[in-house]
Amino acid sequence: MSSKSPEKQGRPPLIELSNLVKSYGQGDAEVRALGGVSLRINAGEFVAVIGASGSGKSTCMNLIGCLDRPTSGSFRFLGVEVTTLDNNALALLRRHYLGFVFQGFNLLSRTSALENVELPLVYRRIPAKERRRRALLALQQVGLEDRVQHMPSELSGGQQQRVAIARAIVSEPSLLLADEPTGNLDSARKGEIVRLLGDFSRTRGITVVIVTHESDVARWARRIIQFEDGLVSRDEPNTPTES
Amino acid sequence: MWLATLLMALRALRRNVLRSALTTLGIVIGVASVIAMVTLGQSATASVRKSISSLGTNMLIIMPGSDRRGPVSSSATAFKMDDLHALRQELGESTSLAPTTNKSILFVYGNNNYSTTVQGSSNDFFRVRNYKVSRGREFSDTELSGGTPVCVLGETVRRKVFGAQDPLGAVARAGKLACTVIGLLEAKGQSSFGMDQDDLVIMPLAAVQRRLVGNSDINAIYLTVERESALNRTKLQVQALLRERRHIQPGQNDDFAVQDTREIANALGSVTGVLTALLGAVAGVSLLVGGIGIMNIMLVSVTERTREIGTRLAIGALANEVLLQFLVEAVLLCVLGGAIGIGLGLLGSWAAARALTMPFAVDYTIVFIAFVFSGVIGILFGYVPARRAARLNPIEALRHE
Repeated sequence: MSSKSPEKQGRPPLIELSNLVKSYGQGDAEVRALGGVSLRINAGEFVAVIGASGSGKSTCMNLIGCLDRPTSGSFRFLGVEVTTLDNNALALLRRHYLGFVFQGFNLLSRTSALENVELPLVYRRIPAKERRRRALLALQQVGLEDRVQHMPSELSGGQQQRVAIARAIVSEPSLLLADEPTGNLDSARKGEIVRLLGDFSRTRGITVVIVTHESDVARWARRIIQFEDGLVSRDEPNTPTES
Repeated sequence: MWLATLLMALRALRRNVLRSALTTLGIVIGVASVIAMVTLGQSATASVRKSISSLGTNMLIIMPGSDRRGPVSSSATAFKMDDLHALRQELGESTSLAPTTNKSILFVYGNNNYSTTVQGSSNDFFRVRNYKVSRGREFSDTELSGGTPVCVLGETVRRKVFGAQDPLGAVARAGKLACTVIGLLEAKGQSSFGMDQDDLVIMPLAAVQRRLVGNSDINAIYLTVERESALNRTKLQVQALLRERRHIQPGQNDDFAVQDTREIANALGSVTGVLTALLGAVAGVSLLVGGIGIMNIMLVSVTERTREIGTRLAIGALANEVLLQFLVEAVLLCVLGGAIGIGLGLLGSWAAARALTMPFAVDYTIVFIAFVFSGVIGILFGYVPARRAARLNPIEALRHE
């Protein structure tokens, strides 16, 4: 397999998977969702992970998102072995280093855009005033400064996803994971959302990993990793193209 | 951290105000009924004690019949005038003794009649039972010894039979006996048993015995001592004397009862106390049912908010923080319900006490216990749903539809 860039001196890659295996069930009923994946993603990359459903891309994302544990193999995050951490340590890792964007937006209902964006900062014990300031800033960065008091039900799909992105970036994560972020949006909004994610990757050095099955979403990324039958079948750089 | 969790819980409850209100209704009703039952029960007890002590704390009531609480059996030998004289000799001048014989009669004047009780007694009755003659006079010695048909009216009888007319000097009929009204009693008001203390007619003992009842029995003797401290000694003296006079062998039970007012108060108080405890227990069960309601809705809420929980976990909430959040929500619901219930319960029992003209006695211990108990119910019944929320797998929770 090819790795895009050489390791920078003294600085470990953001994500380093080696021979990562994830299987479900036991004995004869055992199903291997990941069959030994080795992968390296450096800080600041903008990666699209593609593949058919059942190819193992979602399983891999759950592992990278510290939501699940592998059956065997090693996963180093910023040089730290994650596979041996307990649930609380994983939660703290997510709290301080990760941001998530989901296909279904997953905003808290009957809760204003501002309060939704503040949520990660609540768990980080940021004082209320500072929380508000940062949340407003994040909403401004996704272009929703005039919608801060709106409830999710009062926002369009694209706007809801932008609130979700604001929530993901408000805590200034090292890694932003987006799982099918455009799956519930029409084609006009898709480009808007992916471009927004690309901007954050470029301007703020946030590593963005998008999981998608749509090739027109993947072409915005600067690296495309394709999964097939639980293994990486293709991993190559990509030059973002405007449509 | 705690403040943030509390705010988060408040926000979650506010997100669905109607459901929160309905959920906590069980607790509201449970706590309100516990408070109302116990407060009313204690008000009743207090009012019973008060009305009995209004008879005087230094009074003994001597009645024929065995010493058991409740109705006195009529088969026991009544007292006679001789017993009274013997008691007076034994106890000396510092005790007042009022023998009474009573009979239910129809009191008639002109076109009006009223069914009441006539009490035959002496002038000591006014002192012992604490009645005051507001107009007219008490009985003269000749009236007492001769059994002259004269009477003193309680306020209720005066009002019902005479209305606006002046009763003094009027000749009315008590049963078949024509009697002259010589005095009027000052109103004493209602006692808390619902017994009207002004509903009586007082006549000389001899008049009632000879002309209304037709024998020389005495139904009860009221006795007051000067100092309350002498009460127990007097009681023993009375018992010893009456046992001797009534030829009761050692080891045999008394065939008469000497009760003091404290004893009666305690007996009645213990009855109302048992009732209070029973009603309180029934109300406690409803509180428990309210708790089950809370658990039910919290379980539904956890299922409904599975995606929210998944999102929180993904964002970096610890399992314990999710547990705490749902637990605090349940406790908050219960405590808010408890506070509202306490308010409603106190208000309700205050209104009821007023309607029943009972004193309103709040037991703050019960209020405190009810409040703490509603919080405990929140913890008990909130724990299971909260643990379920905390144990959710984030990946499955995120995928939940």
